[in-house]
Amino acid sequence: MSALSLADVTPFEPEAPLLNVTGLGKNFGERVACRDVSFELWPGEVLGVVGESGSGKTTLLNCLSARLEPDSGRIEYRMRDGRVADLFELSEPVRRLLMRTEWGFVHQNPRDGLRLGLSAGANIGERLMAVGARHYGDIREAATDWLAKVEIDIERVDDTPLTFSGGMQQRLQIARNLVSHPRLVFMDEPTGGLDVSVQARLLDLLRGLCDELGLAAIVVTHDLSVARLLAHRLIVMRGGAIVETGLTDQVLDDPQHPYSQLLVSSMPQ
Amino acid sequence: MSEAQTSEAGGYNFAYLDEQTKRMIRRAILKAVAIPGYQVPFASREMPLPYGWGTGGIQVTASIIGRDDTLKVIDQGADDTTNAVSIRRFFARTTGVETTEHTAEASIVQTRHRIPETPLREDQIIVYQVPIPEPLRWIEPREAETRKMHALAEYGPMYVRLYEDIAQYGRVTTAYDYPVLVNGRYLMKPSPIPKFDNPKMDMNPALQLFGAGREKRIYAVPPFTSVKSLDFADHPFAVEQWDQRCAICGAGDSFLDEVITDDRGGRMFVCSDTDYCQSRQPAKAAE
Repeated sequence: MSALSLADVTPFEPEAPLLNVTGLGKNFGERVACRDVSFELWPGEVLGVVGESGSGKTTLLNCLSARLEPDSGRIEYRMRDGRVADLFELSEPVRRLLMRTEWGFVHQNPRDGLRLGLSAGANIGERLMAVGARHYGDIREAATDWLAKVEIDIERVDDTPLTFSGGMQQRLQIARNLVSHPRLVFMDEPTGGLDVSVQARLLDLLRGLCDELGLAAIVVTHDLSVARLLAHRLIVMRGGAIVETGLTDQVLDDPQHPYSQLLVSSMPQ
Repeated sequence: MSEAQTSEAGGYNFAYLDEQTKRMIRRAILKAVAIPGYQVPFASREMPLPYGWGTGGIQVTASIIGRDDTLKVIDQGADDTTNAVSIRRFFARTTGVETTEHTAEASIVQTRHRIPETPLREDQIIVYQVPIPEPLRWIEPREAETRKMHALAEYGPMYVRLYEDIAQYGRVTTAYDYPVLVNGRYLMKPSPIPKFDNPKMDMNPALQLFGAGREKRIYAVPPFTSVKSLDFADHPFAVEQWDQRCAICGAGDSFLDEVITDDRGGRMFVCSDTDYCQSRQPAKAAE
């Protein structure tokens, strides 16, 4: 297997990272949530963030997605037009536009990411309408397309998510985020609270969509098997800091840091 | 307006409000006219009428009315309903200005729920009474957030509501207070007028002022400003239509009210604009 030929068929040549994080820190009063976190994310790459509960994973994700302002450090994002900008130096309108167009955010609990009072079609169409889609037929077509892509019966397009099962809600949330063709998706425990067989199908779907669309993603999870299936690269966090980083297989098969070793050894085989 | 402001109803200032209050409201109105469709906060006063009876519209009218004005007040299109009669009498007593029931003779028309059928002119002002000025209120409950949405022109969620209507009922079911985009920029609630009246707001030669007393907001549509009702490219905005004509005057082009005439299912459709209906009756008699 030659790395060279593989590079030749890659549809794009990512010449620069999509996201460049340096020295990110966030405190809540005395409590340190994130400390000196630095990493790069390249286009098309899926980065897993693992660690135990309370290790600062979600805070990190919230800072990265500009939902929470960090106390220190820089987050540089390379936009579609190639410009590199510090997220928190961008004006708020631009940041809000980024969130609606170039980014997606998949919540652990689909009820946080969906509008429960609206039909599935409206949930998917919302982002399109937010960026100016004004043709009902087109919006509806996009909605049914995406329902099919995430394996929800298109007959359910006018039903509210309240009538959906947990797994369907989570898939609807994913469709709602991907409809605007984002470049970067943040996922917070995307399979949390789902039973194992549903988890497996969801992971399969996510992996397929990431490959197909060339999505970059940051997936926060405490579940190492999710990380192994989805992520190309892993970050292991503990106490708000990165203790180990590397290729997923490398970290999981040959963990170097004592904490990573503990984490891997506690994974049910 | 600076002449001695004595009152016809002893003890009160001309048009009830004191001069400082009127100035404050006029400043808000000027700002509102300068930014069409933008809701300007103002220090709404307690009026001698309950909220919901048009306290916002009354304050706007009180601060623009002068001794030479002629006032018309309508409620649901009619000049003779309680709300219209009370407000007309209020201004007659506190200003002594002439009042009229004829749209063409009025220089100021204060209205609740309708725009007169007779087209307005450049020298007229129409004042709307507004219960809830914020078009995004039922979509986003936080005031700070709705202001931000207006500032950034993030009106997608409003279209989501139209989408839902079409998906559930095959058409947009909002029949009154139908949201409009003013001057291509601000989303605005036109107050609870039927959507039948929405096209009349577009490029109207008269100045249109909106006052919400309880919510403490004033907004405006200057003369000859575009007012576009929201719609989808493939589901264009359309107004109500009736398969009948007015039972009194025979008008086929006005907004009709359904009136129940007995307890055996008898009903008739008549013009909601009483002045328009009456002005047509001689014409009908002549036919």
